[in-house]
Amino acid sequence: MGCMSETFIMIPGRTSKQGCGISEGKYGENYQSEITTLQVAPEDMERLGYTDGDTVRVTSEFGQIEVVVTTAKGDELPPGLLFIAYGDLSSRLMGGDTHGSGMPTSKGFDVTMERI
Amino acid sequence: MSTVESELKIVTDATCTFCGCVCDDIDLTVDGAHIVEAKRACVLGKAWFLNHEVEDRPHCLIEGQPATKEEGIERAARILADSKYPIIYGLSDTTTESQRVAVGIADWIGGNVDTTTSVCHGPSGMAFQGVGEVTCSLGEVRNRGDMIIFWGSNPAESHPRHFTKYSLMPKGMFVPNGRKDRTCVVVDVRKTKSAKTADIFLQIKPRRDFEALWTLRALAKGVSLDPERVREDTGVELAVLEDVMQRMKAAKFGVIFFGMGLTMTRGKHCNSEALLALTRDMNAFTRFVAKPNRGHGNVTGADNVVSWRTGYPFGVNHSRGYPRFNPGEYTTSDTLANREADCALIIACDPMANFSQPAREHLASIPYIALDTKVTPSTRAAKIAFSVATYGINTGGTVYRMDDVPIPLRPATESPHPSDYEVLSQIERRVQSLAASR
Ligand code: SF4
Repeated sequence: MGCMSETFIMIPGRTSKQGCGISEGKYGENYQSEITTLQVAPEDMERLGYTDGDTVRVTSEFGQIEVVVTTAKGDELPPGLLFIAYGDLSSRLMGGDTHGSGMPTSKGFDVTMERI
Repeated sequence: MSTVESELKIVTDATCTFCGCVCDDIDLTVDGAHIVEAKRACVLGKAWFLNHEVEDRPHCLIEGQPATKEEGIERAARILADSKYPIIYGLSDTTTESQRVAVGIADWIGGNVDTTTSVCHGPSGMAFQGVGEVTCSLGEVRNRGDMIIFWGSNPAESHPRHFTKYSLMPKGMFVPNGRKDRTCVVVDVRKTKSAKTADIFLQIKPRRDFEALWTLRALAKGVSLDPERVREDTGVELAVLEDVMQRMKAAKFGVIFFGMGLTMTRGKHCNSEALLALTRDMNAFTRFVAKPNRGHGNVTGADNVVSWRTGYPFGVNHSRGYPRFNPGEYTTSDTLANREADCALIIACDPMANFSQPAREHLASIPYIALDTKVTPSTRAAKIAFSVATYGINTGGTVYRMDDVPIPLRPATESPHPSDYEVLSQIERRVQSLAASR
């Protein structure tokens, strides 16, 4: 295991594909592929030697998921940030505590990522 | 040919309830049970209307087995009435009329009523209580807004007609040249699709919204700041923020639309509070308003209905016979993750996909009732699942647009399934008689 895991900031969010997928059906191909794909900044992809379609393990303080990576378009993501569409997998990384707000920290939390 | 055409029904000015824009100018072409065209709808609206199918499923499943609606209602009412800590959750994708009945059920059974607001703009709801709300309708934004700021919100993907219908492109009474008369600023940690339409894009450091907002507050008040510190704290040059503040002061009618970039990130209600306080401060110089970009079709209605029924917008508990509000305690993420709720009524939402793992695990371990138009992870794990008609497509009723303007629905097709309103009204009647007999 030569590859060290590194810390990133995870931003789950809405995408129009994920939104359309809700109407098409959550068990449909489009929704499932959208919520199981992780966007990584081009600089990070290159630096880590990842290619689109690689599988990575992403670990937060609360959970762990395995996802396929894809290079984020253009300059949408700055290095150090990861993006994934809201869904089952993004929720697995959230903790149950809401810090008295009713809202779990669902965006902008630390994760580590390593290729598997 | 004429027979084919005569079978097509046109529904004009139908209302799309997929997102909080609630566009009520959609012309639908209906062929039997199918909507074949949705004129003026965006990509999300088209997916909403054109994928609508009446699924051939039983009205009700009890533990996965087909049952009649009446059997389902009886079982549901008994579960709710017999439990110690029942919770009612969801409600952002159903009519105002159904929301009202759901609050009634919570009242009868001494349960909690909470809506998806708690995991959306709930923190902003708390901030409104602390700071107040300087607000306006989207019609005013369209006709007057000359400085439009989007903060932690990406309408290009979440509310695709926001720019064209309300906020950027329209030629309005006081902005006759449309987009040319408006300055658009986008503040985000990612260079989103929305950022690409902005005149000025402020790419702030992640988790530094609070710092960036307070920097702007300081600039509004004329406080001099150290450029190094500002760059370090926010990721943006002081000169850029000074320029934005100058433009904000020079605007005639400024609007800040904000999203879950603020409410879901560390700080949550403090982030929303900072934004509302900045908006309030700006009114010393010019007219400025702030509006949360609300996601689901009738999440705004949920806030309104729960407020006028209980006095609080979400996260309400009735166990003492009167409403109490406490986000962090009576909100659903908490009642589930803390393993307190012992049954649930889940209406038009999918906590089994969206909630944290401890919350999902607890929900899966208690008896719960789910109402949904489609099969979802939440209906699959429910003890009792009702297939219901789709609001706005099969049912009439009222929804509230994100600016609190109520809008009527104009249904296009009929559904063999009952509406949320019908199922909830029958459950309410039954729990009422069960409560009376105790
Ligand atoms: S902007 Fe929202 S309400 Fe309007 S058509 Fe698109 S999804 Fe529907």
